Amino acid sequence: MGTDEIVERIKSRFPDDVLSVTEFRGQTGITIHKKNLLAIAGFLKNEADLNFDLLRDLCGADYLNKRAPRFEVVYQLYSIKNKHCIRLNVQVSQKDTHIKSVTSLWIGANWHERECFDLFGIVFDGHPDLRRILMPEDWEGHPLRKDYPVEGPAVEWKGYDEVLKKTEEYKQYQWYR
Amino acid sequence: MINETLYNLIITIIKIIVVLSVAMLHVAFAVYFERKTIGHMQRRLGPMEVGPHGILQSFADVIKLFFKEDLVPASADKPLFYIAPVIGIAATMVSLSVVPFFNGFAIANIKVGLLFLFAMSSLGAYAVILAGWASNSKYSFLGGMRSSAQVISYEVSMGLSLVGVMIMAESLNLNDIVAAQQNFPTRLYIIPQFIGFVVFVLSAMAETNRVPFDLPEAEQELVAGYFTEYSGMRFALFFLAEYIGMLVMSSVAVVCFLGGWGLPGFIYSIFSGSSIFISILEVICFLFKLYMCMFFYYWVRSTLPRYRYDQLMSLGWKILIPVSVFNILITGTIKMLVQ
Amino acid sequence: MDIKQMPAIDKDTLKSENLVLNMGPHHPATHGVMRLLLELDGETVVKCTPYVGYLHRGVEKLAEDMTYLRALPLTDRLDYISSMTHNQGYCYAVETLLGVEVPVRAKFIRTMVCEMSRIASHLLWIATHALDIGAMTVFLYAFKEREFILEQFEALCGARLTVTYPRIGGVRNDVSQEFIDSVYDFTNYFPSKVDEYERLIDRNRIWFKRTRGIGVITAEEAVNYGLTGAALRGSGVNYDIRKLFPYDAYDSVDFDVPIGTHGDVYDRYRCRMEELRQSNRIIRQCIERLPKGAIMTKDAPKVTLPSKKKVLTSMESMIHHFMVITKGPINCPKGEVYVATEAPKGELGFYFISDGEGKPYRMRVRAPSFVHIAALPKLCEGGLVADVISNIGSIDIVLGECDR
Repeated sequence: MGTDEIVERIKSRFPDDVLSVTEFRGQTGITIHKKNLLAIAGFLKNEADLNFDLLRDLCGADYLNKRAPRFEVVYQLYSIKNKHCIRLNVQVSQKDTHIKSVTSLWIGANWHERECFDLFGIVFDGHPDLRRILMPEDWEGHPLRKDYPVEGPAVEWKGYDEVLKKTEEYKQYQWYR
Repeated sequence: MINETLYNLIITIIKIIVVLSVAMLHVAFAVYFERKTIGHMQRRLGPMEVGPHGILQSFADVIKLFFKEDLVPASADKPLFYIAPVIGIAATMVSLSVVPFFNGFAIANIKVGLLFLFAMSSLGAYAVILAGWASNSKYSFLGGMRSSAQVISYEVSMGLSLVGVMIMAESLNLNDIVAAQQNFPTRLYIIPQFIGFVVFVLSAMAETNRVPFDLPEAEQELVAGYFTEYSGMRFALFFLAEYIGMLVMSSVAVVCFLGGWGLPGFIYSIFSGSSIFISILEVICFLFKLYMCMFFYYWVRSTLPRYRYDQLMSLGWKILIPVSVFNILITGTIKMLVQ
Repeated sequence: MDIKQMPAIDKDTLKSENLVLNMGPHHPATHGVMRLLLELDGETVVKCTPYVGYLHRGVEKLAEDMTYLRALPLTDRLDYISSMTHNQGYCYAVETLLGVEVPVRAKFIRTMVCEMSRIASHLLWIATHALDIGAMTVFLYAFKEREFILEQFEALCGARLTVTYPRIGGVRNDVSQEFIDSVYDFTNYFPSKVDEYERLIDRNRIWFKRTRGIGVITAEEAVNYGLTGAALRGSGVNYDIRKLFPYDAYDSVDFDVPIGTHGDVYDRYRCRMEELRQSNRIIRQCIERLPKGAIMTKDAPKVTLPSKKKVLTSMESMIHHFMVITKGPINCPKGEVYVATEAPKGELGFYFISDGEGKPYRMRVRAPSFVHIAALPKLCEGGLVADVISNIGSIDIVLGECDR
């Protein structure tokens, strides 16, 4: 099935949810509203002629000062049987950073969603175990947001301060002075 | 009377000193031998730096281990932590006392030599279990638990595998067993007792925690198992115990199955005049067989992967023990029929 | 004490607790700094929780502040044992985004070096995997051939691990005839070396017992978990990016995709061993069909750098060089692409959002190891501690790539 047909299928089934369709370098992305995400994702996965069974990737994006809904969650889907792929861009606003989790459809989304939560602060409702994954659990802020400084926060992470203090303390055990 | 006791005591002490120092030196070279053997099997050279072809490497290692800081974990059970390696080294070294290196030479030529060996090798398990428990580390603890189960299981099959030899030799004294083999038509018990030999070798590997049964110290799973927390000389004691354990097990294999110090018959008739020369030849023969066994250990180590814990237990209980019981049955029946 | 006086054992008050074992971050078998929290009932793993992030360096964040050219060396540090394929994946993704076509010779060279890198990575994998299971000799046997490949990389571009050899629009420098000769010679004898590794372990009963039926994952589950690479193919799913979305010269070489059936550790092992032979085939074909021509595209002057000679003699080239270095590729198109390549560990995806500047607005790395570690609880739970080790080995992870 060609990408155009897939887009048509989704458009005819969920006419109100598809906001726009972009095509770039032969890749098609469908921007949808987050309200009906689970229904659309379930439709994409379970319809026999669509059958997007492999979630290749899930990630967030931050469009600070560029677009109205600030965040986007991007799903890269692929169907192993039908050998076609599509991208879902789901818009998430800054005010309400909640979005439905797709772990019930693809278990592999588990860690991707955790990472997205960790680095963007997007909360996935219905996720079985939403914790930080790459950053320490007591880290403040979400590093991949555009308003987060690249060089890191001004105040040092307190875990690192503890380590520094410990090294000072352990210097008394050095055999050389 | 007192003089005679004193004389015996002095002779025994000299024997002990000789055997122990030879055994210690042996460990140094057994380690070197192992590293070289495995190195060449793995397309590399092994130690090359200390001394010619790295022959003094073990001594350098010992010196390093002596001077390393002796760390004891803060939460360890200290008395047990201190005593565990001592038990290990003592149990294996005491086993050396009954091994006959040539005709009539053993520190203690006792009647129940074989039983004594079993007792000591079981005692060695205490070292592993106590070390695992006292370290207060979960890896050490798992290693100790694995070891206790493994040693108990394989002790049974090892004991049973030697029953055939006991039946044939009608003795538990190791010197007598060798002598009985001299009078046996094949001159080696490995031929009639082949099943027993295979079971014994497998059990001995499990007893000494060698690959493929090195589960208590499985490096990739339990870091180093029961001696994870040991350092310096205490670590070296475990190391020493393991290698002397290998030496003891190899000598049991040599004594019980490979004819011990026994030389081919024509050599006795040629050199019937000089008993010292015969003794020297016997020691050489014994050591040659011993090192063949040690080489087999190394060979297996560089070839085989490691068994999983449950597979090891099922191998021990479901295969080795029934096979060795079957072996006893056959041996006993034939012995009765012959008599 | 009389037995009748002993208190009766109350089954409700007698309880056993599971042992919580902290495997890692420093552990010989976790292949890096990964932590597994294992809940053990005896030796059986009841629950397995992986913790990652110890190597998190913020590659994605860093790349947002770098031009496309400058972000390339970051990808070396993702999978440091097969950096060639990661450079290639990055370059191919940027080329797709910018619409750059690579010369045919450069495509073949890239394919060749990437397959060499795949062999090096798989050799390290079989070495450590076998060592984890206890077969220590394979380790040193495999390292010899790996060493050869790394030496060839050093001869080619001066670095053994972090090569940065593929560049946007081509490759850094042309291959020499000596390099081609020695690699071709290598392809002659390498299959016999693979046979040798297999002889060491493949028909060994202990190896069978440790790998067959361990860590089973069915095809549906594997797809659902998002596994890719040999971990997915071991379960019997034919999913290889090199065949499905051919990039570089993969559509002009002939190779098979090995597929397993049972989805256990053994089938994953078989798949990777067979991939070693197929990679060898690809390298041979690349050398045999290596065309003449340029190694760097000339069609995209706004992306690639002018030659050093021109920079030193011509004012325009100097300015051009300066612009490309400082601002990045000029006149980038706006848009977003997700481009996947087949890294040795699995599907390596780069997702770029471009806002028309010379820097990626968002660079996302879809790391196969990250997804594979997420599936580790599924593989390990219910098995024994020793199976955890063989499972970690069989999914072939690199923590630098997982944590980014």
